[in-house]
Amino acid sequence: MTTEATQELVLRRSKERSPTQAAFRQLLKNKFAVGSGIFIILIILVALFADNSLIALITKQEIKPLIAPYHFAKTSLIENNAPPGGKFLLGADYLGRDLLSRTLYGARISLSIAFVASIVSLVIGIAYGLISGYFGGIVDNIMMRVVDYLYAFPFTVFIILMQVVFKAFARREEATGLMGILIKANSQMGGMLFLFIAIGLLNWIDMARLARGQVLSYKEKEFVEAARAVGASDTRIIFRHLLPNILGPCIVSETLAIPGYIFLEAFLSFIGLGVEPPTASWGIMISEGVQGLRSYPFQTFVPAIALVLTTLAFNFLGDGLRDAFDPRLRGE
Amino acid sequence: MTKYIIRRILLFIPVVLGVILTTFLLVRIMPGGPFDFSGDRSLPPQIVANLEEKYHLNDPTWKQFIDYLWDLISKGDLGPSFRYRGRTVNEILKETFPISAQLGMLSLALAIIIGIPTGTIAALKQNSFIDYTATFFAVVFRSVPNMVLGPLLIWLIALKLGWLPVARWGALPPFFLGFIPKLDAKFIKHAILPVFALGTAFSAGIARLTRASLLQVIREDYIRTARAKGLSERMVIIGHALKNSLIPVVTILGPLFAALLTGTFIVELIFGIPGMGKIFIQSIGNRDYAIIQGVLLIYAIALVIANLLVDITYGWLDPRIRYR
Repeated sequence: MTTEATQELVLRRSKERSPTQAAFRQLLKNKFAVGSGIFIILIILVALFADNSLIALITKQEIKPLIAPYHFAKTSLIENNAPPGGKFLLGADYLGRDLLSRTLYGARISLSIAFVASIVSLVIGIAYGLISGYFGGIVDNIMMRVVDYLYAFPFTVFIILMQVVFKAFARREEATGLMGILIKANSQMGGMLFLFIAIGLLNWIDMARLARGQVLSYKEKEFVEAARAVGASDTRIIFRHLLPNILGPCIVSETLAIPGYIFLEAFLSFIGLGVEPPTASWGIMISEGVQGLRSYPFQTFVPAIALVLTTLAFNFLGDGLRDAFDPRLRGE
Repeated sequence: MTKYIIRRILLFIPVVLGVILTTFLLVRIMPGGPFDFSGDRSLPPQIVANLEEKYHLNDPTWKQFIDYLWDLISKGDLGPSFRYRGRTVNEILKETFPISAQLGMLSLALAIIIGIPTGTIAALKQNSFIDYTATFFAVVFRSVPNMVLGPLLIWLIALKLGWLPVARWGALPPFFLGFIPKLDAKFIKHAILPVFALGTAFSAGIARLTRASLLQVIREDYIRTARAKGLSERMVIIGHALKNSLIPVVTILGPLFAALLTGTFIVELIFGIPGMGKIFIQSIGNRDYAIIQGVLLIYAIALVIANLLVDITYGWLDPRIRYR
């Protein structure tokens, strides 16, 4: 059956329902995806309200832990390596910091990386793909050769190298100008700004390719032709007719890329190139925990379980979204 | 085919040059010279000046780059280590690279050996219990990073059950032909846990892709033709379907190789394996920029070559690609 025929059939079957509504109905039938969605909302809430810093923005009160029992950097050296139970529900690390609190705070790092990297990659990638695909010809040719060239570049290596360079700059306090401002902002964010820059700058290439492909397939459709015939401008066609259509597949593919961003942050923090201690990140916590794996395995496994559950949820949700929005790809 | 390969190789030369230039420049713009510290004490200015003179750090940057590039291309020389006095980066990498390569290659082999058969069986028994189980575990293992699987295996298999050694690598240089270790019991015992820690997630990815791609291929007309002319099911799958279904699998080997390299960093660190990843992370702490630069360069070039090989294999498997 041809694609058009399938689509027509789907449209007729779903009667008044729009394709988006039909897709959401399909998504709600997927138990794993729904459970994952709920779990992700819960982690987002935990990340937002681990302490009252959001509320404090308005009420100007002192910042103190809200959901988390303790502050992530509060040490208690006499209670170091305390086992789970009692005062520390999930135990304490080698400096006597509460593992539960640190794990809850750690959700902030993983989720902000996931969020920022996705937004940056979506915005740059879609803009790049739209321009390249829509205008075609020599513009497209040059822009796609650039992407081909960048694609052959080993990006992980350059993210590592950029982090090494950023860290070297961050150690210098006397830096001035733009670098000085960046360094100050970075240290206030516990080392996350440089991570955002490194990961965001380099992850839009797949998105650009996907967006361009989508644009090419929609560009020749009748409704774009019709819009052009009644004299719509390029801007109007791009924003009113093409963007809404290509957004869906791009968001679905971005959801599936999120576990990759979370792993990348954990990896960089694990090897000491991510956020700055004492900021709690699951990667740092695992790397600290592994040192005492023999005697205190819980120090490794508490953050490890948080990391696995979160990526699992994003994987299930991403698979579910893709199955719902693009039934042709089901099971891939 | 030859023309296609030559075109691919020509495309990769600017990429390699770009990689070398970017690495060089990024390391050069880093604040602070490599000789600012010796251990924890700073060196007297006169000695720093002498050392900088010796390593030509006062030349203009473009001249340094030309010299570096020339040494690299003509002699494969990556320069001296700034931290391990009297040793060159080449010497250090010669000892550590083969170990990382062994770990990486064994993990890749494991991923393929588990991944392709699992994916094939799942696709042939679509919607059966086996298929659902395989698909479920593929998602689970994709979500368990090696920094979690590694400690879990050590804790369970090595510490609790005591079946295998906790850490280290079972073979040390010199190796046969420079990188092939002696395959004795000691080597295998030490290799099992790290190789599983690194390879399992990739086998999940490969299984998933093989399944999806085989499902698509067995619906093609030429498979129906093969069945219609009376070929046995085994012949249809192995002779006709599998080769074509492996095309998408080959395309992810490039990105997979990249993930494998970063994986060796983690696994070497967790298992205390004296490979390139471990020396790299120590060098970050020591600020030994020469080693950082050398290791990243080797990784980058290995990746570029891997991509090239993937492209060529792809062209060989799918003749349509060659004539684009």
